[in-house]
Amino acid sequence: MDKAEIRAAVVKVITAIAPDISVDELIPEIDLRADLDIDSMDFLNIIVGLHEKLQVDIPEADYPRLTTLAAFIDYLSDKLG
Amino acid sequence: MPSLGADMEAGTLVEWLIKPGDAVKRGDVVAVVDTDKAMIDMEIWQSGVLRQIVVQAGERVPVGAVLALLQVEGVPAAEPATAAPAAVPTVAAAPASAAPQPAAAYAPGRTQALPGREHVTPWARKLARELGIDLAGVHGTGVGGAITHQDVERAAARPGVAPTVSKGRLRASPRARRLAQELGVALEGVAGSGPEGAVVAADVERAARQARETAAPAATEAEAVAPETRAALMRRAIAAAMTRSKREIPHYYLATEIDMGAALDWLQSENERRPVPERLLYSALLIKAVARAAAKVPEVNGFWTDVGFRPSAAVNLGMAVSLRQGGLIAPALMDVQDKSLGEIMRALRDLVARARAGRMRSSELSDATLTLTNLGEQGVDVVYGIIYPPQVALVGFGRISARRTITATLAADHRVSDGHRGAVYLNAIDRLLQQPAAL
Repeated sequence: MDKAEIRAAVVKVITAIAPDISVDELIPEIDLRADLDIDSMDFLNIIVGLHEKLQVDIPEADYPRLTTLAAFIDYLSDKLG
Repeated sequence: MPSLGADMEAGTLVEWLIKPGDAVKRGDVVAVVDTDKAMIDMEIWQSGVLRQIVVQAGERVPVGAVLALLQVEGVPAAEPATAAPAAVPTVAAAPASAAPQPAAAYAPGRTQALPGREHVTPWARKLARELGIDLAGVHGTGVGGAITHQDVERAAARPGVAPTVSKGRLRASPRARRLAQELGVALEGVAGSGPEGAVVAADVERAARQARETAAPAATEAEAVAPETRAALMRRAIAAAMTRSKREIPHYYLATEIDMGAALDWLQSENERRPVPERLLYSALLIKAVARAAAKVPEVNGFWTDVGFRPSAAVNLGMAVSLRQGGLIAPALMDVQDKSLGEIMRALRDLVARARAGRMRSSELSDATLTLTNLGEQGVDVVYGIIYPPQVALVGFGRISARRTITATLAADHRVSDGHRGAVYLNAIDRLLQQPAAL
């Protein structure tokens, strides 16, 4: 799975959970909590969404690293690459 | 029209989901009601057969008005359906409400909205705003010459007046609504490019750009007839409920610092074991502890009524959910005392999602017996809450500190309980959180 595919999957999951976020807004550096108002419930839903879509199991211990869209993409390409 | 919260005085019947002759069961969703705060799926509280619809879709009526006549199961048929609703009060389909006043206290059949200050029904006023109709030129045919929505519709249909808005539910994403408010764009005039024609943020931006480009002279006129936004309506509803609360309820406040170390350690190991979709948030532990402690101190859980305090056996915990477009709503997680942590988590996810989408059931808005507000995510240390009447208490949580403690506060009604009992309640929450495995 290449980075473009991973990016597409992550964007799809985020916009499904927060439908008011437009794809254009999702630049790589965007901070999910600060800029998009993603709370812990939304965040858990993103983790569950990625689990369903990519069959990836993200342990809680890794949550603190996953602050931006870019961080999600890098993390997942390490894990799935 | 059921009371779906202390801040509701009237509601608009948006659509009926049943028709005369249909059989309904207790708990069925029979209609959609707009309370100004949200679209609510209205449940019915008696089983039977719908005989007659009294309030048509589009009408706005005060709380307590008879919406329809129901032939209740096991009750012999009364007079023909054309009889005045007052003649068959036993079959008035007034869903049970948590308001202290039973529906019977209202004049049955009062389906004409209360006359407005200038004898304009609220729905007519809203419609006129939406259609850009000047009420001064509308002939009223309602009670005492009041202008009804039919009068407005007739006025709009006159030649030379071009209504630009279609009735019915406007689909727009929360972000689009917020943006429209900020940019002063009337959503009704925006073409939607989202699913099922829903208006999304990009549509609003495009409309705002076009409006700027097509010159300014019309702008002042457009502003003058801009429809009242949902955000403004919600603000007003919150204002009414909170003003009433501060006026009528003698609040007292207590706070205690709770060590969350044991709870967080347990949660971490528990979540390592659980499959991803079953993982818990610490708020599930707070919810369960708040509910179980309420069973020990019943004075915090129930309703204040005209005859005093009515405790509740079930803990239906109102969850203050802030909405992305602004404002808040506090639908209830039902029967929390009997739910496992996993069940609470599932119910919470479902409730938050529906609250944000604006789809809740009427019982969730009328049956909360106690409210919980967690502002920890916003980074505050302590919450000093205002009780949501007719409830008698509200529990607040701030953020988890670096020392892994959390400050729990109680705002409680001094008519029902004293500081001592409030302290017992907060201490019960503390003790429960020290043994998370037993929650």
